[in-house]
Amino acid sequence: MTWDVALILGIDGLANGAVYLLAGLGLVLIFSVTRVVFVPFGDVAAFAALSLAAFEAGRLPPTVGLVLTLAALAVVAECVSLARRGELSKIPRAILGWGLLPALPCALAWAVAGQQQLPHALLIVSAILLVVPITPLVARVALQPIADASVLVLLIASLALHFLLSGMGLLFFGPEGSRTAPLVDGGVDLGGFMVTGQVLLMVVSALVLSGLFFLAFERTLIGKSLRATSVNRVGARLVGIRPARTALLAYTFASLLAGLIGVLIAPAMTMYYDSGFLIGLKAFVAAIIGGLVSYPLTALGALAVGVVEAFGSFWSGALKDVIVFSLLIPVLVLRSALQHHSEEEPEEIEA
Amino acid sequence: MTGRKKFAPRLVALLAGALLGAPLLAADLKVGFITSLSGPVSALGIPYHKGVQAAEAYKSVIAGRKVQLIVLDDASDPTVAARNARKLVTEDKVDVLIGTSGVPGALAIAAVARETHTPLISPTPVTVPADDNGWTVTVSQPFPLMVAAVVEKMKASGVKTVAFIGFSDALGDLALSSLQQAAEPAGIKVVANERYARGDSSVAGQVLKIVAAKPDAVFAGNSGTPGALPYLGLAERGYKGQIYGTHGLIQADFVRVAGASANGLLVPSGPVMVADQLPADNPVRKIALEYRAAYQKTHGAAPVDAFSAYTFDAWLLFADAATRIGNKAEPGTPQYRQALHDAIAQTRELTGTHGVFNFKPNDPYGLDKRSAVVIRLDQAQWKLAP
Repeated sequence: MTWDVALILGIDGLANGAVYLLAGLGLVLIFSVTRVVFVPFGDVAAFAALSLAAFEAGRLPPTVGLVLTLAALAVVAECVSLARRGELSKIPRAILGWGLLPALPCALAWAVAGQQQLPHALLIVSAILLVVPITPLVARVALQPIADASVLVLLIASLALHFLLSGMGLLFFGPEGSRTAPLVDGGVDLGGFMVTGQVLLMVVSALVLSGLFFLAFERTLIGKSLRATSVNRVGARLVGIRPARTALLAYTFASLLAGLIGVLIAPAMTMYYDSGFLIGLKAFVAAIIGGLVSYPLTALGALAVGVVEAFGSFWSGALKDVIVFSLLIPVLVLRSALQHHSEEEPEEIEA
Repeated sequence: MTGRKKFAPRLVALLAGALLGAPLLAADLKVGFITSLSGPVSALGIPYHKGVQAAEAYKSVIAGRKVQLIVLDDASDPTVAARNARKLVTEDKVDVLIGTSGVPGALAIAAVARETHTPLISPTPVTVPADDNGWTVTVSQPFPLMVAAVVEKMKASGVKTVAFIGFSDALGDLALSSLQQAAEPAGIKVVANERYARGDSSVAGQVLKIVAAKPDAVFAGNSGTPGALPYLGLAERGYKGQIYGTHGLIQADFVRVAGASANGLLVPSGPVMVADQLPADNPVRKIALEYRAAYQKTHGAAPVDAFSAYTFDAWLLFADAATRIGNKAEPGTPQYRQALHDAIAQTRELTGTHGVFNFKPNDPYGLDKRSAVVIRLDQAQWKLAP
């Protein structure tokens, strides 16, 4: 291996790592607020990429059907639970919030699709907005009713959700893959070799977004209430924060993040209805490195996963994923060795 | 489903047949066609169905008998394919089976064909066990034959070393062994063997290794949209050598995903893809153009892939064999199926859209070198390579 090969692999790895970084942040965000390891995260990203591809092909993205189906389910779930509690007066509000709000991006998509000479940025924004309702809706239908169950039950439920979503992906998008037009052309010459603009864009957006994340959590009230919920749900409740509301916020933020990831990687990778799973899985490795709580460690872990993956594919293409997932073993051994087993936070099953 | 749709034209044909005297009220021939109209293999199954519809319109009376086509969907599931085959043979008493789009499904049907002694004409490549006794034949080209055509082009353009990159599955293995088989006698060295999985998002590492080996050409053993990855990677690294691929790439979705990176790509194909560019003395040209016309008439658009032509060929093969049987046996009986089996094995110099068929007993493949041409992807259009 020569230096330039190592450099190329390193940059390729950083670009991949940037994607895992964003996905890892989303996973940690959801987990710390709701204790759900949100497996279908990558699927949402893939849907964003495929939606953008559909826009570019001048078609209405099939995501619209997906969102509307989920919205209908969520409205039914919400109305049933309200009726059972006898709070019939809240039903119109529920229909507005769960039925009409998710339909807004669909309306935008419908207006944008097939129009000629629209700025590419508008297509990108529509594609991202279109997938934003997916995670909150899915969570409302399947995860909120069991929000107080154990971590394991939540994990199994979210795994089942992944299969549901990828099945729907096959139904709505079909088996063939798509690539979208590059977001930026050209590149930067770094002393003899090119770093493509796409790679730079991926790395820069990862940095900017993690910076925004940091600011949002440190400086805003919403961020603080999210953090409070993740530290202690009962305590947060006592000071007037509603866990269901913060969970909804966390899901929405994560969905937005997934949408951004989707449009960022779509020009660099051929996306299929099921390519999101591997992205989510590798981001999960990164999140594990961060112990599913620490944002900075997750970020470092994500970059490590990306670089290991790039070098792994050079040494042995067939064993690439094996190498990446083998990273988990030393990390877990190290973490459990370093952790003093005080278990200060026993599983909270609050009333 | 399709049976009902075809009812009206069939009624007209029946009346016309009756008016023309209907010699001795000959019994109908029955074709059982199984394909994947839904599921993951439907990308092949739907063109197969369109091809057979065109064929039915092209030749609906064989040896004075009307042909009844029964279409069943196997939903890309080999178990359903086998069940459909059994139903077609025992309940509908078909004389011949045609199907299906996936190799596992075709193998499942072949087992039923063998057991019930019904000839099966498969549009997909199949490998049958030694005791098949010729009940299964295929109208597709054997893989090594196609790769050999590509290697011939490599040799002609002075390629000395070739790098291989392919799927890490059976298709990749088959492509590599076919390449090695053909390259060695041609004096071409295979200098790299890189693999990736269909679901991989990047082949940057593998491509770097290939570029470092400095091969004269790169040959990829893959198919469909995941097959675009190596070409995209090579283009990104600025690889300037000639790129080659297999016929699994002749597909609109591949061209869409690979974009400019696959410009100049050379792949083998059946001659039908470039029928209008074939020299006038090519035997395939006439029938391939007739197929295009029949397809255009049935579906209102010209065919864009080579797959629908396979089922068209399957129909031609059946028609040719049935013509030679004539009235020697009564359709719907075991005697007729045996006669059809024998007649297919005696097919000589039958021109189809993909080449010229000559079947031998106990060999499911009937095509020879004339069935492979090399085509070139030129600005998203497939052109016959000079």
